[in-house]
Amino acid sequence: MIRQSVLLTIVLAPLIAAILAGVFGRFIGRRGAHTVTIAGVAISFVLSAWVLKLLLVDGAPPVNEAVYTWLVSDNIRMEVGFLVDRLTALMMVVVTFVSLCVHVYTIGYMHDDPGYQRFFSYISLFTFSMLMLVMANNFMQLFFGWEAVGLVSYLLIGFWYTRPSAIFANLKAFLVNRVGDFGFLLGIAGVVYFTGSLDYQTVFEQRELIAANTMQIIPGIEWQAITVICILLFIGAMGKSAQVPLHVWLPDSMEGPTPISALIHAATMVTAGIFMVARMSPLFELSEVALSTVLVVGATTAFFMGLLGMVNNDIKRVVAYSTLSQLGYMTVALGVSAYSAAIFHLMTHAFFKALLFLAAGSVIIGMHHEQDMRKMGGLKKYMPITYWTALIGALALVAFPGTSGFFSKDAIIAATAAASIPGATYAYWCVLLGVFVTAFYTFRLIFMTFEGPERFRTDAHGHHDSHTPHESPWVVTVPLIVLAVPSLVIGWLTVQPVLFGDYFGTAIFVEAAHDTVARVAETFHGPGAFSLHALLTVPFWLMVAGVATAWVFYVKKPELPSQIAARLGPLYKLLENKFYFDELYQAVFARGSRRLGSVLWRAGDVALIDGAIVNGSAHVVGWFSGVLRRLQSGYLYHYAFAMIIGLSALLAWYVLR
Amino acid sequence: MFDNFGMQAAAAEIFLIATICVVLLVDVFLSDSKRWITYALSLLTLAGCAWMTLSYGVNERVSAFSGMYVADPMGDVLKLFSYATVAVSFIYARDYLQRRALFKGEYFVLGLVALLGIMVMISAGNLLTVYLGVELLSLSLYAMVAFDRESTVAAESAMKYFVLGAIASGMLLYGFSIMYGIAGTLQLDELAVELRSVESPIGLVFALVFIIAGVAFKFGAVPFHMWVPDVYHGAPTPVTLFIGAAPKISSFVLAVRVLAEGLDSLVANWQDMLIVISVLSMAIGNIVAIAQTNLKRMLAYSTVSHVGFILLGILAGTNDGYRAAMYYTFAYVIMSVGSFGMILLLAREGFEADRIDDFRGLNRKSPWFAAVMLMLMFSTAGVPPFIGFWAKVEVIAAVLDVGLAWLAALAVLFSVIGAFYYLRVVKVMYFDEPTDTVDIQAGGTLRAVLSLNGLAVLVLGIVPSVLIDLCVRALP
Amino acid sequence: MIQLEFVLLLAGLLFALSVAGIFLNRKNMILLLMCIELMLLAVNFNFIAFARQLGDLNGQVYVFFIMTVAAAEAAIGLAILVVLFRGKKSINVEQLNEMKG
Repeated sequence: MIRQSVLLTIVLAPLIAAILAGVFGRFIGRRGAHTVTIAGVAISFVLSAWVLKLLLVDGAPPVNEAVYTWLVSDNIRMEVGFLVDRLTALMMVVVTFVSLCVHVYTIGYMHDDPGYQRFFSYISLFTFSMLMLVMANNFMQLFFGWEAVGLVSYLLIGFWYTRPSAIFANLKAFLVNRVGDFGFLLGIAGVVYFTGSLDYQTVFEQRELIAANTMQIIPGIEWQAITVICILLFIGAMGKSAQVPLHVWLPDSMEGPTPISALIHAATMVTAGIFMVARMSPLFELSEVALSTVLVVGATTAFFMGLLGMVNNDIKRVVAYSTLSQLGYMTVALGVSAYSAAIFHLMTHAFFKALLFLAAGSVIIGMHHEQDMRKMGGLKKYMPITYWTALIGALALVAFPGTSGFFSKDAIIAATAAASIPGATYAYWCVLLGVFVTAFYTFRLIFMTFEGPERFRTDAHGHHDSHTPHESPWVVTVPLIVLAVPSLVIGWLTVQPVLFGDYFGTAIFVEAAHDTVARVAETFHGPGAFSLHALLTVPFWLMVAGVATAWVFYVKKPELPSQIAARLGPLYKLLENKFYFDELYQAVFARGSRRLGSVLWRAGDVALIDGAIVNGSAHVVGWFSGVLRRLQSGYLYHYAFAMIIGLSALLAWYVLR
Repeated sequence: MFDNFGMQAAAAEIFLIATICVVLLVDVFLSDSKRWITYALSLLTLAGCAWMTLSYGVNERVSAFSGMYVADPMGDVLKLFSYATVAVSFIYARDYLQRRALFKGEYFVLGLVALLGIMVMISAGNLLTVYLGVELLSLSLYAMVAFDRESTVAAESAMKYFVLGAIASGMLLYGFSIMYGIAGTLQLDELAVELRSVESPIGLVFALVFIIAGVAFKFGAVPFHMWVPDVYHGAPTPVTLFIGAAPKISSFVLAVRVLAEGLDSLVANWQDMLIVISVLSMAIGNIVAIAQTNLKRMLAYSTVSHVGFILLGILAGTNDGYRAAMYYTFAYVIMSVGSFGMILLLAREGFEADRIDDFRGLNRKSPWFAAVMLMLMFSTAGVPPFIGFWAKVEVIAAVLDVGLAWLAALAVLFSVIGAFYYLRVVKVMYFDEPTDTVDIQAGGTLRAVLSLNGLAVLVLGIVPSVLIDLCVRALP
Repeated sequence: MIQLEFVLLLAGLLFALSVAGIFLNRKNMILLLMCIELMLLAVNFNFIAFARQLGDLNGQVYVFFIMTVAAAEAAIGLAILVVLFRGKKSINVEQLNEMKG
């Protein structure tokens, strides 16, 4: 049995630590702040692991219970409750483990920062929010965690609030996520509307009821209610998990400190959308249209965002684009109903991507806060631990057979090949070509940073830099090594039960007709055979081709890329400007809404009342015009006029109709 | 004979009018340095009123003065809330008034008379009582806006408020007069009975439009909102604070007494009109607020949008809807008092603190009050877990219940747009450099009450059942 | 005897006239106050006519209250006007535009 007190401790330990570090930061000092927060997260991690063990080894039944009833309004119960099954437990372990590594790493990375305590408080608060999100047993709490992780994320992106770019990135993240949340909220409202409940279990039990309904959004066109709800919920996931076209905030969020990029913008928060869709699998399974939408959006993200990673020169942004692309892979898996593959990739990705980010951070420390890869090179000699761990991360990312990323990504590709819903062919090509792209930009990063000539000796102005890169302190390298181990082996160890076994049980629901994982499982004969077989498949050779191309471009003939860039001018420019998404949004939304505001503001007083109505009627009634023209200034009579117009409009509408 | 008059039902009002006379008289004999006595007496008066209302509280509807006057649980709850609001307004206003040589009896006496007007409206059982309450409140507010005699902007906004308010009262009265002609009674409960048997609704709808226009003006709903930004902007901040708080309760009760009690058989008609007004209010209020640089003006437009949300609850036309609107009104009043209180907190000699830029870098100067403002702004924007979120949830649920799903969706959309300009204030406080280094000069009482106000927004959001239960008690 | 309709029509016309006066007049603020008075008088006409028609005293009582309130309203209106004049040295409605937006 899993006791409620254990679950509460898991959630509350980081919260209490966050409060201690945040409010009493000044009294407990730097050492106190990191001790207390690391202790809090460590407790959570150990207990989460224990809960996973209880579920897996001891066969404890899943927990689904309310802890506290907040409010009952119109027969809708709003409560805090936990649903802990194997899906949740897996997420809990991943979240707390990565969080713990990041906490330790932060000691080194933020060593000289004046906001040290504040930072620890934020990341502990984040861990709390994320745990609330994954452990929720109802939509209310899910939304709560959803907003809370978002809030902490904004706080952290803007952590260095003296940088204008950080503030801009912060605002952008907020606004883009608002769009997603709008959809998400409407989706939840739809669920409540049809089932009258917020509780997962009750909702899932009544899912046929939703499916039986249709709604008219645009008059005349009937929509399946379930499709509308699922797409709305997915819009929420698109915002949080940065899917095209709501992806623009994620690369910019790299303005935040690197540990944040690793924890929030790679390993955990951005995967909340993936987790949510997997959790909602009973709903999504009922709507093929929604699944197709998910699939196409995911595939587009996976391929096109990867392309952007090929031209960027900022080490963190390259990793960020690779995160976008990998999130796309997970979304593709959701779209083809391979939920277990999506969660499996989520898990392996959390490890290797956190590793890559922390390695990038280690490089940044070693380079004295330089992020431009063109000014690096040859760092292998100076930072051996970082090099080897980054290499492991890179191999996992490109899905080298045997590494953790290989099992999850290959499963996704195989599942996509086996899928038959609309859009599957497009998605298959996207994920397949994505393999080449991934391999190229990953090894471009490795080669540009660690191999080749030592470009850091001279900076852009031609001055000689006296700083020599150095290996990072142990608090930085230990988390790297700790993360490198699962990046390498976790796939091999867990692929059998998690992906093809009955690991998730009832936590994930798949219609038999959509069950692509089962089709993949038919060809699965143990991890070793799987890896060996991969050597004969297309994805493997595409990966090898990608690595080879990167080697040619950046080690063998470094002059080649710029020649090609010049040759492919417009295309290169398109990629360099990130498909012009930012410009589009800037032009349409940011400026548009501001302009709309001031237009309405002026139009209300000046144009409409003064110009259109007063002058308009002046043209009609001859003598009236002379009087009114002379008297057009000031405002009181305009206000009165507006009231009269309002009154007359209502009168005309109701009395004369 | 005197028992039927039901003096007890109006005990608090009678006590209030008597003490207003006392305060007025005492104030005449006080020198400027002893003015705190007026202030203290006013607060004591409010405490006395609260005691009266509590001790003569009713469990069910009681009529008095031949039905002109009613006392019911809703009235008691609204009155108690009004006392608290007015008291908090007085406390916030004190420092500001003292520093500007405006610490005179007028503010407090006029405030108390306005409160009397609100109470009369709350207890109105007859169209005549409604009108008297409306005018008692409005006339006091016109005078309050103009009471800083040195300020021309204040006088200008008072004039605008006065003229437009008088038109609105005229419209309201015109509607009342036709309603009277058709139904033959002024009594709200009799009106409800009579109107059910009226066959041709054309005259009724004609009258209804005028009444709706009057009610919408008192709320400040589009297109009868034009006075709101100018008055909020031009009036001295303590007066803005006052106008933004307690009178909103009276607007709510005006709508409930007249529309829901008197004209409930016309619900189908006024529901449509209120939908239009509510949508326009949410749209114009939220969109125009984005372009503002003056915080008071921005809050004025935000008020317009919140009025749209309150109307959502009322237009549902169900008991749940009225309850939701009541809850929203309470939530709004708490947040509004707090936001204007923040302006008063930062204001000092020669510095009004009413521009958004005046809040720059507040976090450096006072992390606690920056946090208070953050909570207030988030709550006003409707971010969970603050009280403003629950208020929005309640009204939207009420609208969903009557099958207006599209309206609910629109409301969510506008609240999302609205989040933007509140965020701007937060951004300025946390991420911008302060423009000066002068510390906050406000006194201890203001700080303490404002802190409580900020915390209330959070605590009432975390345990929303407290206030919701109160609303359920008022409107069972 | 004069029919009810005619009185109502007169009241309606007076009301419309006063409303028109408020937004047509752009010079003198005193005129605004007068228009407001006129508006209340129009309402009084309505009440008296209905009271007589219905044989009900309530309407007539209402009129007395309206007249009292109108007097108070005029007093406050004039007081505000005085304050305004002290500041602006003018009672021109057109100059009331310091606040906008």
